[in-house]
Amino acid sequence: MIVAEQKPLEEIRNLIRGAEKVLVVGCGTCVTVCFSGGEKEAGILASAVRMASRVDGRPQQVTHAVVQRQCEWEYIDAVRDQVREADLIVSLGCGVGVQALAERFPEKIVVPGLNTAFMGMPVEQGVWSERCQACGNCLLGLTGGVCPIARCSKQLLNGPCGGSVDGHCEINADTDCAWQLIYDRLKAQGRLDLLLEIQPAKDWRTSRDGGPRKIVREDLRLNPTGSD
Amino acid sequence: MSSANNGFRTESRLERVLRSGTFAVTAELGPPKNADPAVIRQKAGLLRGWADAVNITDNQTAIVRMSSIAAGKLAFDEGLEPIIQMTCRDRNRLAMQADILGAYALGLRNLLCLTGDHHSFGNHPQAKNVHDLDSTQLIQMVVGLRDHAAFQSGEEIKGVAPRFFVGAAENPFADPADFRPLRLGKKARAGADFVQTQLVYNVPRFREFMARVCDLGVDKQIYLLAGVGPLKSLGAAKYMRDKVPGLDVPNEIVERMEAAGKGIDEKKAKAEAAKRVGIDICVELIQQMREIPGVAGVHIMAIEWEEAVEEIVTRAGLAPRPNGSAAK
Repeated sequence: MIVAEQKPLEEIRNLIRGAEKVLVVGCGTCVTVCFSGGEKEAGILASAVRMASRVDGRPQQVTHAVVQRQCEWEYIDAVRDQVREADLIVSLGCGVGVQALAERFPEKIVVPGLNTAFMGMPVEQGVWSERCQACGNCLLGLTGGVCPIARCSKQLLNGPCGGSVDGHCEINADTDCAWQLIYDRLKAQGRLDLLLEIQPAKDWRTSRDGGPRKIVREDLRLNPTGSD
Repeated sequence: MSSANNGFRTESRLERVLRSGTFAVTAELGPPKNADPAVIRQKAGLLRGWADAVNITDNQTAIVRMSSIAAGKLAFDEGLEPIIQMTCRDRNRLAMQADILGAYALGLRNLLCLTGDHHSFGNHPQAKNVHDLDSTQLIQMVVGLRDHAAFQSGEEIKGVAPRFFVGAAENPFADPADFRPLRLGKKARAGADFVQTQLVYNVPRFREFMARVCDLGVDKQIYLLAGVGPLKSLGAAKYMRDKVPGLDVPNEIVERMEAAGKGIDEKKAKAEAAKRVGIDICVELIQQMREIPGVAGVHIMAIEWEEAVEEIVTRAGLAPRPNGSAAK
């Protein structure tokens, strides 16, 4: 899932300063599951902003809504009427959701209420951990299912650096050394020979380094010759 | 190409010392956190004649310093044989290759390929780090520039290709311990000519590492220089024991540093006594390193204590240095 956390209230209030009618739009997908931008969080943020604006003597009208998926047009269209009423929209979606709302409603000011953090998963109640960086050329088949791009602080491809101690990364003891995890798993599976291969320099063109990315599936397009 | 160099891969003086079978000595020179060439000249004066080659660090511990290539050129002009350190942290493959071409054009002949300490330790933790290549891939790239006259992309170099004597680093004391000799073997297969290790204080553990390196035959593929360094104070010993990831300083070493200052009240004399013992320990370590099969030399890291190198090298019986490098 995409993991995000809410911006500080003061930062959000600065972003919406001057707007009279504010609509907070939550998202029912990833950010609901990571408790940062779902129905509940949208409601709480709306009332927090309402109260704070009243205390300041400049009351803002703040309502909230949730769409099932903020990253697809047809779901966003469900809140079209509420959007029309508002001066400004606070998206509690990930960065994709914010941009989808902004693109769908170009006449409206859309601001982010979340900081999108990473693609990851909950590893225990209340703890999320990064797992994927979307490099566009998955190496997990070579590394025992542990990603060194997302989980090694230096994105090494040929084994651990000299700072790996007791299973920890050199940056801090709370971070696992990805290469220790890789080593342990491949050793347990009797596949350490995989680590003896020299992994050549990575081709980063499939990653963000190649520019903004796009996937086109001609077999799925309704209008393959149409412009996009 | 080899005929032009009488069978040597490069014009490196370090390569000649190592190939001759002489127990090699390298040292380290840290560039200043400013733009003053006098600092390099002063340090170079302290090291000249006492080491076959001198590492010029590259933003060591992720702290901005004078560029290793610029400082290396200054040191070269002072008569040192620099080993230019290059980390993968701060530059991508374009910038690295540009710097490698430039370093060679300036007369530099040794390059040490490193991952680099994580920038969160340094003085710009806000920076974007790079790690386009890892250290093994950097070795491959530098070897490719030399042996195939080709850029990392495969494009041919038309004209003079940079021919560096290529170094690597290995930490025998980091985890997973079993993998360390294998990782060194990978760097040797990538084409590294020599390796310098992390500081050795735990000799029994280092012996185990070397035994495995020799079992794998890696000592026949690469010249290994064991890292040693004089401890400057009890505080430094404790810090290295407790705070530096991947360093193994046994308690007995710390206790010797502590004992050095016992019974001395005067602060300066106490500090001086500790430094004496720090140098004693370093000399003893070098003597032990010379007895370990597969060790081709020592790399003396006297960080911000360059003046100690002369005494260490002399007392360890490694002076004068060959190839005229001992000429003061």
